[in-house]
Parts: sequence; C-alpha cells; structure tokens
Amino acid sequence: MSRDNILHKVRTALGRSAGQAVADVPPVRLRLPEVAMEDRIALMRSRVEALAGKTARVPTMDAAREFVAAAIAGKTAVASNAPYLEECGIAGLPGVRSGIREVAELTEVCARVDIGITSADYALSDTGTLVMIASPAESRLVSLLPPAHLAVVPRERILTGLDELFTLLPDPAAQTSSMVLITGPSRTADIEQILVRGVHGPGQVTVVIVG
Amino acid sequence: MSAEFDLKIHDTLADANLQLAIYTATGRLKDKRIEVTADDRLPDYQELRTQANALKKHAIDNLDHYLEEFERNVEAHGGKVVYCKDATEVSDFVLDLARRRGARLIVKSKSMTTEEVDLNERLEHHGLESVETDLGEYIIQLAHEKPYHIVAPALHKTRYDVADIFTKELHVARETVPEKLTLIARGVLREKFLKADIGISGANFLIADSGAVVLVENEGNARLTTSAPKIHIAVAGIEKVIPRAQDLAVFLKLLARSATGQLLSVYTSFLAGPRRTGEVDGPEEFYVVLLDNGRTKLLPDRSKRQSLYCIRCGACLNACPVYRKIGGHSFPWVYSGPIGAIITPQFMGVSHEPALPFASSLCGACGEVCPVKIDIPKVLLELRSDVKKSEAREGQNRIEKLAFRVFAWVMTHPRIYELAGRMAGSMAPAGDGKWIHSVPAPMSVGPMKAWLSQRDLPPSPSRSFREMWRQR
Ligand code: SF4
Repeated sequence: MSRDNILHKVRTALGRSAGQAVADVPPVRLRLPEVAMEDRIALMRSRVEALAGKTARVPTMDAAREFVAAAIAGKTAVASNAPYLEECGIAGLPGVRSGIREVAELTEVCARVDIGITSADYALSDTGTLVMIASPAESRLVSLLPPAHLAVVPRERILTGLDELFTLLPDPAAQTSSMVLITGPSRTADIEQILVRGVHGPGQVTVVIVG
Repeated sequence: MSAEFDLKIHDTLADANLQLAIYTATGRLKDKRIEVTADDRLPDYQELRTQANALKKHAIDNLDHYLEEFERNVEAHGGKVVYCKDATEVSDFVLDLARRRGARLIVKSKSMTTEEVDLNERLEHHGLESVETDLGEYIIQLAHEKPYHIVAPALHKTRYDVADIFTKELHVARETVPEKLTLIARGVLREKFLKADIGISGANFLIADSGAVVLVENEGNARLTTSAPKIHIAVAGIEKVIPRAQDLAVFLKLLARSATGQLLSVYTSFLAGPRRTGEVDGPEEFYVVLLDNGRTKLLPDRSKRQSLYCIRCGACLNACPVYRKIGGHSFPWVYSGPIGAIITPQFMGVSHEPALPFASSLCGACGEVCPVKIDIPKVLLELRSDVKKSEAREGQNRIEKLAFRVFAWVMTHPRIYELAGRMAGSMAPAGDGKWIHSVPAPMSVGPMKAWLSQRDLPPSPSRSFREMWRQR
C-alpha cells in the first residue's frame, strides 16, 4: 500500500520519526479592523457593483418581500429553505417554488427556473462576498444552477472580511460539509482575455441588504 | 539543449500573432497584480507574503504530521483519503471505483495535478468519458493540447481558433463572438454536469485541522463538479496541505490577487466530506487522492524543497521575460515558466531537459512577485550546478570544461588577455560604428551560431580600453 510507503519516504527525507510532534507553529494571523455598520454596507455595495453585481438596500422585511416580488415579475424562481426568507414572506410569493428537501427534485427545479433566491450566512464587505453554508436551510444548487442569484441578507450579518469570518468560524467543517464564498457573478476570460459573465454559475448576482 | 526544446522556442518566436497574444495576456495579468498589491490597496502585502512563506515552510518541514492530521479529519467527516505514488495508481483507483459504481461519465474541473498524470487520457483509454469543464481547459481538451499557462490554459487560442475547434468537434454552427462561444460551451457542459456519475477536482489547499479541500475558481464549474455528481474525488499533491482553516485568511488574500488581480476569485469552495444528514444536496461519497509522483524527491534538500510551497498562481510566468517570449508550449512538461523550470528537473530528473534551468536571465522578477516568496533564482542556480555535476559524471561537458579552463587562463594573464582582445577586434567586422547583424562564416559555427542567430553584436571599438588608458 502506498500510504505507508509515502509517509515513510516523507519522514526519512525530513529526518522526522513517526508521531513526532511539531514545534514552532507560526501563530494564527487574523486582524480585525473596526468598521462602522454603515461603512460596511457602503463598501459591500460598491464592491458587488464593481463586479457588475446589483445591490439594493431596503428598510424592512416587508420591503424586502416587495423588492423580490418586483424582481421576479413574471419569471420563475426557486427559494432555499432559509428561515429568513420564510419570515420575509418571500418563500410564499407567486412563481416561487420553495420547501424542496429532495435532491432530484431540487436539481430539476434549479435547472429550469430563472432565479435562485437564498439568504446568506454572512457577507464580507471588503470583498463584496456572500458566504453560503450548506445546511437544511441552504442548499448548494439554488445559488448555482439558475442564471440569476438573488440573496437577501439582514445587515447584521455583514462582516468586515475574511479575518472576521475565520475568527467567528475557526473550523467551518465543524458545522458543514460545504462553505462557499461567492464574490460577484460567474465569469471567464478564457477566450482572448475577454470578460464573459455567466459561464457556468449565475451571470447575475443581486444582493438585497435588509435594515 | 534538446532539439525539441530548441525547435519549439524558434516556432514561438517566429509566430507574430502568438507573440502578441502572449505579450498582451501576460501583460494584462501582470498589471492587474501590481494594481491590487500596491501599498494603498493592500498595505500588509509584504507581511502576508512573509506569513504565507512561514506557513508553507512549516507545513512542508512537518509534512508527515499534517498529512496524517488531514487524513484523520477527512475520515472523521465521512470521507476517505487515498495515497497514490504515481499516475498509474491514480488512474487505477478511479477506474476501480468507476467499475464498482457502474460510472461512465466523469466531469472534471481544472487541475494541474491531473494534467501531470494524464488522467483524462488514461480514463478515456479504458472507455470512460472524462470531460474538462473549465472553459479554457475544455478548449484545450477538444484541441488535444496541453495548457499554455497555469491560470490561462487557452491563452494562445484566438476566438477564430476556438470557433474552428467548436465547429469541428461539437458540430455546431460557427460563431466567433466570445459570448456566444461561451454559451455554446455552457449548454454542452450543463448537460454533462447533470448526467455525470463522478466529479473530479484538484485542490488549491488541503486543510489539516478541518479535513477540508479548498477550491478557488471563477466560472462555477468546480462548484458544479463537486455538487452535482454523487461522487466527488479531489486529486491533490501532498504538498498542498496547510495547518489551519484560519490560515486561509492569509492565502486567499494573496492567491487571487497574484493570479488574476481579483480581490477574491468568484467562488471559493471549502469542502469537508460528503453531504451530511439534513443537508439537501452534495455528493454521497468524498475521496481525496494524495499524490506523490516525485514530490518526495524534493524533500531531502533543505533549500530546494521550497519549490513545493508553490500555490500555482502563475504570477512568475507573467513576470518572466523568458516565458513572455518563448511561451508555455516550449517547456517540456505541463508546468511552464519559472516554476516549471524549477520543478520539472526535480520531478523528472535534471537530464530530462538539461537546458531548462538555463532558460532564465536570472533577472529575479519571479522571486519578487511570488506570493509565497519562493527564491526561484536561487533554486535555478542550484539546479544549474546539479546539471553540470550530472554532465560531469556522464563526461558530457569535456569541451565546455576545457573552454572554461582556457578562459580562466586568459583572464589571469593580462598580456594574453590583451592579445586575445586585439585578435577578436581584427577578426570581427568593424560595422562602421553600427550594430553588427552578421559575422563571417568561420565565427558562425556550433553554439556560437545558435547564440548569434538571435542576437546582434555591438561594433568593436577602434582602440581597447587598455590602449586608451596607456595613451591618456
Ligand atoms: S512559484 Fe510563486 S509566483 Fe510562481 S506560480 Fe508558484 S506561487 Fe505563483
């Protein structure tokens, strides 16, 4: 078996013995800047927009529902099982499929509809990023298969950046099999370095900040 | 220098369109990197590089420890780790799993490691369909070529080339607009994603303390590869392991900036094991293949082992004046540019392409841009010395040795030196004070001829410096 062989080669080459502890681990480097909420929101919006994403800010959950209803306007959509979408009344909007818990059905619906609606566990303002943690509430495919992704995020979930995220979640694997950071619409520049959006993932990303 | 290496370099230099394509693409990537790592945009850039270097050094110096920790944690989350020593072991593992699960269609997301072991070819040889899904890689696969650049695999293809490839291989109406070409690929590949039995990805990082595989990409094909099929296999070199999830705060800030000038790539996936109870979607089986394929050969040498710190950002290619002239396909293996010049001889042996460590002007640009601070010029020099030692063992460099002995003798005897200078002056064409484009036939032989074929000589002065000094 190659396992023992490879590990043996590694140890011999490094002059280490099996089970030998490690010394001088470089300390974790996380910096937490203090940034006021309004500034985080402003930066989040400008980062997303710089990537050709759209943003909106609405004062209340009811206003969020109205915004989403207008955005759907005759198109079809699927909503994740996020409790926040339920509380906003978004999951129950006309044209929105929701409450799907079975993978075959979810795949089929996500591959067909125009818009995938999710919340987000966090957002990172200094990069314009949505943090999606897979759970019974959020699946992987809703933010991936439809050509447009719309995320409704209460403002208190907006963090400063990666350092704050990994301070809050020192080990994301403790709670999920999949954490995805989404920074703008899917893109490629593989043909002559010309930017094209929406190659495999959604070509449109809209972030609705509530509050 | 092997004839093949020589020929490919000449072909690239002679192709004006290709020269322009390489120059523009690398130039753009280079400028974007400079912009987002500037002091006012990322004040702690140098500190982050220092930390990234320290983390990589620590992880490689204690590699066995972190591999075992990684393995334990993958298994704790219900995944499985498979160690493979070479290409055959990787393809045997995949083939065996495919056979047991009745799998036929495999989707792949971009991975230099699987390029290294020719995984697609090996799987297709055994009747499986293995489809690349990154747009650039897909174009390259359809064209039966190797990636031209670590980050931009189809850098050398124009939209018209891609149009030709798509019409020929996919039997679609000819389109030359990049948006439309992209849509064609999206349509074809979407079908494959939804039907695929297995998804194979690479890994940008392996996280020891959480047993996670981290994938960084812009298109969404890696997300689809690892979300839609029932089985996910990540193939990674053993050197990809880093100690903690928290270290990602350092590496993620550097990787996208160095690679494409983005603050973060569009998608960063942190994947730990198969779908868990309650989660709605995701793979049912999760495997991580840890590949040696020559990596352990780099470990004994304390200096050269830094070659394993590489996070494959491609910045050294874009910064390299040699890569920007000779391009990616001149290099003898899948890795090109400065990083290719240091890892190819170490993985394959220095005699594989002895000229490789010499294909550099040692200008130092690669080391300056490397986000993990690999001292590439230093490793190049060490490899040059290895090449010379191995040639000496094989008695190949007798003439060269003789030449250097003569050179040393001339340089240490002032009279002889002066005489040699005068002789050279009288032999070389005067050029009337202009640069000299061709030299008399007797001088244009062997290595001299190769050297002069791409270079002009300065005019020889009418009086040497020594003469001027005496007559002052
Ligand atoms: S050697 Fe450094 S600069 Fe070159 S690809 Fe690797 S990490 Fe990037």
